[in-house]
Amino acid sequence: MAADPIVPPPAQSLLDRVQRHYNDQPDAAALIFIAPDGSEQVISTRQFFDHAARYANALRSAGVAPRQVVILVMEHNTALLYAFWGALMIDAIPSIFPFLSDKLDSALYFARVKLLVTHSGASAVIASEAFAAQLAVLLADHEAVRVLSEAQLQPTDSDPHFATDIRTDHNADSIAFLQHSSGTTGLQKGVALSHRAVLNQLDSYSAAIRLSSTDKIASWLPLYHDMGLIAGFVLPITQGVPLILMSPFHWVRDPKSLLAAIDRHRATLCWLPNFAYNFMAMRISATAAKTFDLSSMRAFVNCSEPMSADSHRRFAARFPTLNPAALTTCYAMAENTFAVTQGGIDRPVTIDVISRPELNDRQRAEPIAASDSLPETASLEMLSCGTPIAGCTVRIVGEDGSAYPERHIGEVAIQSNSLLSGYYRRDDLSAQAIRDGWYFTGDLGYLANGELFITGRKKDLIIVGGKNLYPHDLEAIAGGVAGVHGGRVVAFGVPDERLGTEEIVIVCEVDSDNPDERAMIEQQIRARVAQQADSSVRDVLLVGARWLIKTSSGKLARAANREKYLRHLITESMS
Amino acid sequence: MNPQEARDAIRRYVTADLMRKPNYKLDDNAKLISGGLIDSFSLASLAMFLEETFNVNPDNTDLNAEHMDSVTMIAEYVAAHGG
Repeated sequence: MAADPIVPPPAQSLLDRVQRHYNDQPDAAALIFIAPDGSEQVISTRQFFDHAARYANALRSAGVAPRQVVILVMEHNTALLYAFWGALMIDAIPSIFPFLSDKLDSALYFARVKLLVTHSGASAVIASEAFAAQLAVLLADHEAVRVLSEAQLQPTDSDPHFATDIRTDHNADSIAFLQHSSGTTGLQKGVALSHRAVLNQLDSYSAAIRLSSTDKIASWLPLYHDMGLIAGFVLPITQGVPLILMSPFHWVRDPKSLLAAIDRHRATLCWLPNFAYNFMAMRISATAAKTFDLSSMRAFVNCSEPMSADSHRRFAARFPTLNPAALTTCYAMAENTFAVTQGGIDRPVTIDVISRPELNDRQRAEPIAASDSLPETASLEMLSCGTPIAGCTVRIVGEDGSAYPERHIGEVAIQSNSLLSGYYRRDDLSAQAIRDGWYFTGDLGYLANGELFITGRKKDLIIVGGKNLYPHDLEAIAGGVAGVHGGRVVAFGVPDERLGTEEIVIVCEVDSDNPDERAMIEQQIRARVAQQADSSVRDVLLVGARWLIKTSSGKLARAANREKYLRHLITESMS
Repeated sequence: MNPQEARDAIRRYVTADLMRKPNYKLDDNAKLISGGLIDSFSLASLAMFLEETFNVNPDNTDLNAEHMDSVTMIAEYVAAHGG
């Protein structure tokens, strides 16, 4: 069958676009949802949007008006998908909140939902059954906020019909939805995206990945994160490409289920954070790996944390039916809706071997010939993120905002037609991030032959398995443990080469020499980081007073303490 | 393997392979998942270990804090599933 490139007619809103699929291909599969027990539910385009229309109707009946925010506190299941589109249909602004995990403290979790509801001025919360009652109690003092449970959204005889009963006269510049960036304390930043920005992104990105009517997208990614929300949900549904979806909880426990689904459905596209390549290569035996036919895959797209050529090699070596040229790369962020660049679609991803001393000492990316005689510390293998998608311009800038020439390391700044409208109700933050029409990403990198390479980041951030964590949040959590001096705690990331991601290390100054007390402090730090930040700490190092390095202004220097910690590990391993 | 040996093997696996801290003094009732000692990426490894060592193949829906949150709970799960 010849592939029809997806060239959509002009649309004002996401709803105009999906209405076309609803009319033209109502019986085509929109979604194949795989439950944790392996059972599959195939949902046609008509079924999908008629289900969503029930949510639209229920929200409208509950008094939710256009332009009001609706927070979705739901498990990763079909109801969440319908609720999202239902809110869009009535021109409300949906925002997906991460679901409560095994680690997180539930009281704290609900307090965060409440904070988000208050701050965003949300008019409704749609919650999974288990949460609705608790949330209703918690939000009782917010008279304007309705808490709806999934049970209240069951089908009835008077259900609306998407094609005839749902208005679609949305304004292209009004906000379609919010993506909430992670962050454990204080207010989360809600990235507000207009219909126009999202449609621009979907069209430019579809062209960059050569999306066609023969594609099928497989995903396990969470929907509160830009990669899962856009590539693993909004893109396929809006462009009329079938989505094969499972939950992150399912995949992490049974990673081969994703590959089995790709094989069974002949999927062609899948987005993954870098650690997922190592994780699947490690966790799926060589014997099992050979049984999956991955030859249908056009592209696995590596995105959302630092990428490594080694992760690609491990994955390709483990899965012999995969065409290695299908290992592609992308640089993306919620603030640009999703993708900024894409690499590896028409030709293999560029690997740039550069001099490590030149990078460290002169902030230059000097190419050097790979050679066995060079020590490993002399060179660095950089995986290209590819070239900017249409409508997006990338430049590398210095501290003063001036543009740098190729192969000079600076901050990545972007200009684009899919940028955020602003951080929702945070004009102060919007003004900081967007200056003269450029969005400053906080990432460091360089351009070479028009391709973007990311070398590090200016902002203090730890990315664990694609999830962003802020060191100051972790330091505040650890600083609250009895026996730890508040303000004498440092958190940073160290590379986890096995898993191809970063791990959290926390170093704190304590006075106690008592081993039982110290063991208790360590245990408390680990437990609190799990409960409050939903993350595991790789190492807790308790040190005596004055171990931590401070800057001249008295602040703790994370980078210097990270170096000191790494030296400490080497000394320990030698003694 | 008798129950005590099974428990020792599970404890050793958790500290050496999952936590990568072989000298960590792990209490058998310490909370592994909710206590932040192991992360969710470890659950697939734990399942492989239980299968290889005890021939117990846990449902992926059982790989959670309700069933696997301590050495004791894992040992009980193994015993209950014929390991």
